[in-house]
Amino acid sequence: MYPSRFRYEAPRSIDEAIQLLHEGAGEAKVLAGGQSLVPLMKLRFAAPELLVDINNLPGLDHLDVAADGGIRVGALCRHRDLERSLEVARAQPVMAAAAPLIADPIVRTRGTLVGSLCHADPQGDWAAVVTALGGHVVAQGPGGRRSIPITDFVTGPFQNVLEYDEVAVEAVLPAPRARVAGGFLKLERRVGDFATAGTAVALELDGDRVTRAGIALTGVGSRTVDARAAAEALVGQPLTAEAIGRAADLAAEVAQPTSDHRGSASYKRHVIHTFVTRILTRVTQTSEAAA
Amino acid sequence: MTSLFEEVPAAAAEGVPVRRITVRVNGTPRTADVEPRLLLAHLLRQGFKLTGTHTGCDTTNCGACTVLVDGLPVKSCTMLAVQADGHEVTTVEGLAGPSELHPLQEGFKDEHGLQCGFCTPGMMLAAKALLAENPDPTEDEVRFALSGNLCRCTGYQNIVKSVLWAAKQMNGASADEGSAE
Repeated sequence: MYPSRFRYEAPRSIDEAIQLLHEGAGEAKVLAGGQSLVPLMKLRFAAPELLVDINNLPGLDHLDVAADGGIRVGALCRHRDLERSLEVARAQPVMAAAAPLIADPIVRTRGTLVGSLCHADPQGDWAAVVTALGGHVVAQGPGGRRSIPITDFVTGPFQNVLEYDEVAVEAVLPAPRARVAGGFLKLERRVGDFATAGTAVALELDGDRVTRAGIALTGVGSRTVDARAAAEALVGQPLTAEAIGRAADLAAEVAQPTSDHRGSASYKRHVIHTFVTRILTRVTQTSEAAA
Repeated sequence: MTSLFEEVPAAAAEGVPVRRITVRVNGTPRTADVEPRLLLAHLLRQGFKLTGTHTGCDTTNCGACTVLVDGLPVKSCTMLAVQADGHEVTTVEGLAGPSELHPLQEGFKDEHGLQCGFCTPGMMLAAKALLAENPDPTEDEVRFALSGNLCRCTGYQNIVKSVLWAAKQMNGASADEGSAE
């Protein structure tokens, strides 16, 4: 299957890319990893007139993990780089848990985290992770750069707030203020399939007390579900069985799954409940083992 | 009609935007004039007549079209040919030497790693990338590395065995070289 005909440009600078997008006047698309865009174009679900390939732009393939644990992921940083990064594994357990579960190993060679956020698939995995971590997306346009919290970035299925002449240049995960813990679990029918249901949990702990929590769900709504009430229920107290049960209840409650060929709505809700319980229980076990 | 796939110097049809690209395929530089929408898999198959690269599902699922781009596995049905400009591509045709098979090919033969054979090129290239990074993988590591490649005959058991066989062979060969020095 061929994509429909388009004009292809591979600019060498970000300014040139923005200029091209501006000229494209809304009929242009940015190509980074292409692991979602190219299949859509082959199926003719997407037919941009102009494709702006940013793979040759300098300075966008970075994966910076600062000493304070803050992480900056460039628009050309591949899933594979995240999966193999020891720094990421040390700094942020929820990212380390998610990276090997994104699509399949071959897709991870080319696909990018920032591209995944921009694609805004309701069943995307990274959006849940970045939401749980309270991250944001940095966009660059003719007027300069701006930072958009992930919860404002995605507006609906396959929709984001980027202007037509803006390029998402990086994702920023804030530095934690305390010890981090968390995890990511996803149910898929086979490797590389979209999530039937998935859960990202990011915690900060002072001793055994939770000081910050983020819980986000994928595959169970028209966009990533920010289970804020479930996360807030954990803050200020230790991870007791009771607290974990309450967070799992609240997360399952806020999920908005629909019944489809992957499972019924009630099944998916049950999966979310199980995943929240499992991730949080594992955190308590790890803490005990370390103590 | 001018083919979109013919190598230079065939001229493109009027009005069709083409780009001249140079790709190093299995060690040989190849030049082609391609339309931007041409997929790498099709450039390899129709353009360069390297039909060992199979297109199976055409939707980025099955991995039959897997080739190595700069040594890393890529689904060639999900990459534009123009994007390969200036890069190094290895297809299954690039595995065997002039007189002998690659250990992975020997392994698939010895351990009965293929049934219909359709997924085999993609499996071998994904395995080659794995062994380059991890020369002595466990069975689980092999299964994980090949999880983006589907075998519709469901012959996974022997495919995994074939890769482990090749790893052993390749490690043995390098150990022999080492002891000879």
